[in-house]
Amino acid sequence: MGILNIVTYIPLVGAILLLFFPKNNPAAIRWTATLVAFADFAASIVLWTGFDPKASGTNIFQFTFTRDWIPSLGVKYAFGVDGIAILLILMTTLMGLIAIVSSFTAIGHREKEYYVLLLLLQTGMIGTFCALDFFLFYVFWEIMLVPMYFIIGIWGGPRKLYAAIKFFLYTLAGSVLMLLSILGLYFYNSTGIPFLGIKGLGNPATFSVLQFHEIGHTIPPDLQFWLFLGFFFGFAIKVPMFPFHTWLPDAHVEAPTAGSIILAAVLLKMGTYGFVRFALPILPDGTRQLVSWVVGLSIIGIIYGALVSLVQKDMKKLVAYSSVSHLGFVMLGMFALNPMGVKGSVLQMINHGISTGALFLLVGIIYERRHTRMIAEYGGLAKQMPMYAALFLIAALSSMGLPALNGFIGEFTILLGAANRSLVWAVFASVGIVLGAAYLLWLYQRVFWGPLDNPANRAVPDVNGREKLLMAALIACMVWIGVYPKPFFDMIEEPVNYVIKKVDPNYFAAAPATPAATAPVHEAMK
Amino acid sequence: MTWNDAVFMMPEIVLTIAASLLLIAPVAGFRNSEWFAKWATLIVLAITGGSIVACSWAVADLKPSTYLNAMFALDAFSIFFKLLFVVVIALIVLLSDDYLAESRYSPWEYYSVLCFALLGMMFMASGVHLIAIWTGLELMSLSSYILAGFFKNERKSTEAAMKYFVLGAVSSAILLFGLSLIYGVCGSLNLFKVATAMSTIVNNDALMFGIMLLGAGLCFKIAAAPFHVWTPDVYEGAPTPITAFLSTGSKAAAFAIFVRIFYVGVPDFQVHWSNVFATIAALSMVLGNLAAITQDNVKRMLAYSSIAHAGYVLLGIIALNNTGLRGILVYALVYVFANLGIWATVLMLRRHEYGGERVDDFEGLHRRQPFVAFCMVVFLLSLGGIPPTAGFIGKYFLFAAAVQSGFGWLAIIAVLMSAVSMFYYLRIVVAMYLREGRDADVAITSPLRFVAAVCLIVTLALGIWPTPLVDGAGASSRAIAVLSNAGR
Repeated sequence: MGILNIVTYIPLVGAILLLFFPKNNPAAIRWTATLVAFADFAASIVLWTGFDPKASGTNIFQFTFTRDWIPSLGVKYAFGVDGIAILLILMTTLMGLIAIVSSFTAIGHREKEYYVLLLLLQTGMIGTFCALDFFLFYVFWEIMLVPMYFIIGIWGGPRKLYAAIKFFLYTLAGSVLMLLSILGLYFYNSTGIPFLGIKGLGNPATFSVLQFHEIGHTIPPDLQFWLFLGFFFGFAIKVPMFPFHTWLPDAHVEAPTAGSIILAAVLLKMGTYGFVRFALPILPDGTRQLVSWVVGLSIIGIIYGALVSLVQKDMKKLVAYSSVSHLGFVMLGMFALNPMGVKGSVLQMINHGISTGALFLLVGIIYERRHTRMIAEYGGLAKQMPMYAALFLIAALSSMGLPALNGFIGEFTILLGAANRSLVWAVFASVGIVLGAAYLLWLYQRVFWGPLDNPANRAVPDVNGREKLLMAALIACMVWIGVYPKPFFDMIEEPVNYVIKKVDPNYFAAAPATPAATAPVHEAMK
Repeated sequence: MTWNDAVFMMPEIVLTIAASLLLIAPVAGFRNSEWFAKWATLIVLAITGGSIVACSWAVADLKPSTYLNAMFALDAFSIFFKLLFVVVIALIVLLSDDYLAESRYSPWEYYSVLCFALLGMMFMASGVHLIAIWTGLELMSLSSYILAGFFKNERKSTEAAMKYFVLGAVSSAILLFGLSLIYGVCGSLNLFKVATAMSTIVNNDALMFGIMLLGAGLCFKIAAAPFHVWTPDVYEGAPTPITAFLSTGSKAAAFAIFVRIFYVGVPDFQVHWSNVFATIAALSMVLGNLAAITQDNVKRMLAYSSIAHAGYVLLGIIALNNTGLRGILVYALVYVFANLGIWATVLMLRRHEYGGERVDDFEGLHRRQPFVAFCMVVFLLSLGGIPPTAGFIGKYFLFAAAVQSGFGWLAIIAVLMSAVSMFYYLRIVVAMYLREGRDADVAITSPLRFVAAVCLIVTLALGIWPTPLVDGAGASSRAIAVLSNAGR
């Protein structure tokens, strides 16, 4: 069977099971969905405990499961995960559980379809992280679009149709361009493209990601440039990088809370995961040719996202734009192309999922009570909802990178990695951190402090037990990563080295010449 | 005609006799037993299908062979398409059942003409001589004109038939003129001999002109821009089951001869014709998809979408490689089933004369008929090429063919346009799931439900487990390759 198949298909089986439930018993549907999501979370924990972080080289991909799928095309059903994928899968199952539990009272109609779609989405997301065959990867990647489209479109806000279609088309446009790059790789590995004078390697036709990792560096630089561009559109739209981010605020604002949580925590990571798993190791030349452009766009994204967050009147939109800024950090760290930067970048993917997921959850909690997200409607909430205020403060501090919470570890590592490449990058990125503190603290100030002068806020009840439980889980993760990140760094150590060896083969050869200051800090980070 | 020829012709002979019997059935005392017409036709189709399978066994290892003075070929390619056509016509018969019952017209004539159309399509699938192909094409086209105007008292139907007939006749004439030029230069209309003659010709304007005229005639049949203007009007006006036939069976047959002629007959001139067809393909994809966005009538929307799909299929012709050839076969099949499923759904929504044809008519369908709405979503996703539906496999092949043959710019247009196409396919999904519609009744009959279920199973099963289809298409494409080499 393979444990990866179990983790991937538990939600699918649950979704099919739910189809047979009567529509008029939402409680049973909710609890079954919760149970399924919990089972999946438990299965992913089992997966984690069986993982060996010490394995290196191509052995980093563990729990592999390979079967023929379409033999005449060389398409295989190939699963396998490394430390990066396992962390993302853990986050997916955790956030999937949280998304389902957070919807208990928020979703009031068509519950059955809702939970079925959430579970389908989860299968799609986990499958994407597991796939080691490009064809399979693409199939899972596209499968995710459909449930998310329905979640935004049916349970979303006033402009849900517009947001849902924009999300779908934008992402689809990017992914079909990625498909062309995948085809380019496929033909380069086998028969070549005679018409363009590109000679193939003559290998048996395959979509195996590991095979492309092997042959990537032999691809001529011109071709690498175009292939990288195709991947770039596919992944950058998903991340989303400036200037491809415009679908994000719409999708986030209109999506129901659970949709926003999943979108921010997992779907955006598909893009960054795509870069670190495929674009960087397969196309080292293409990466190096375009590194300054990508970094430039990341820095613009960091500062632009933060500045736009600063002026938002809607809390959810503020958090959405803050994602643009945070994902800019992730991209910056990754394109520093050194172990420190990539490690920070991978960890920051997790951190952003947890912190931003928490913020969306909190915004959803208050929205459910007051049916408005306008900052101006609030003020002095700390008096009325002290517990909520405390939870919000922790989530905000984690998001802005306060030491001892998760965000700090990620951002700091990214800054180290970036500074190692260029001090200018780090300086610009630091501006983003300062701005990040500004918009979050200002938001906090306007919503929670001051007089409680809006009468509508006087009757709002504080968080209930279910919401406390959800937040407790997220805060535990924040503190864990903030205080003791070593297990997480250990998990991604070898996978990151693997990527660096592919993208910059000279990096480790020249290792003794790197500044001595890096080593101790690096040790300290562990 | 030798014994061997007669055996190989068995399906066609059976079908000709049976279709004639269907035509005279009312005179022979079956006028009032119209319920029997459907079953009689289905039995005829079953026998035809059985004899096609029997023929395929008669050929050892499916080794291709020609018969009737190399007019026709019996190979995996022709068997693939013939079986596909028989299934399509059978599904069309099921779609037509209630539609006809509500009208005053005789089902016997209708089904008989449908069988003659099938006969023409079978000639098209197996023809390797341009005159044989042209005869089959004409038989199919004439039958289609009759069927499009079958409801004589409805103005829209008559208008559609007239438009279709006039433009179709012109295109046939153009095609025939092209054939005469090819004959003039090559001295034969047998595709192998044409290919042999052309291998020694470097450049010849008359031949090139002939190929272009031939291509123009074929582009009319598959409704590729700029030869597409008839499509929306005819699709809208024709009786819906016939629209289903025009957009699936008739189109697939045209794809079959397109492949046969350009892969076997004139591949040597690829450098000359590929850019022309690349332009036509790009135009079809852009124009078809953009025009479909603004349509409120589902029949017109699907007409424009079928123009775009013709553009995608042309990618496979232009590529002129094995991937493209397999792609066309795979795409023809998945496109046919997704489209038939959609037409079945449109027919279910028919409440009055032209009901179920507007996008608004789909509003709130998920509440009234969750299964039908789900089927519709799968079919639309398949047309849009979203995995795990079969449509993705089809599009994958065609895009791969374009990349492999170096038409990168065309592949980029194709993928972006296929993303655009999702916009209008999603309009129907939006209407079904995201809007609360009026509570109107739907006419779901068991044949329609059966057609939708068959199409759903095919579309999903081949999306998740495409190996049989891919391998079948591989065998058929090898047959084309063997034939074209053997002919040299």
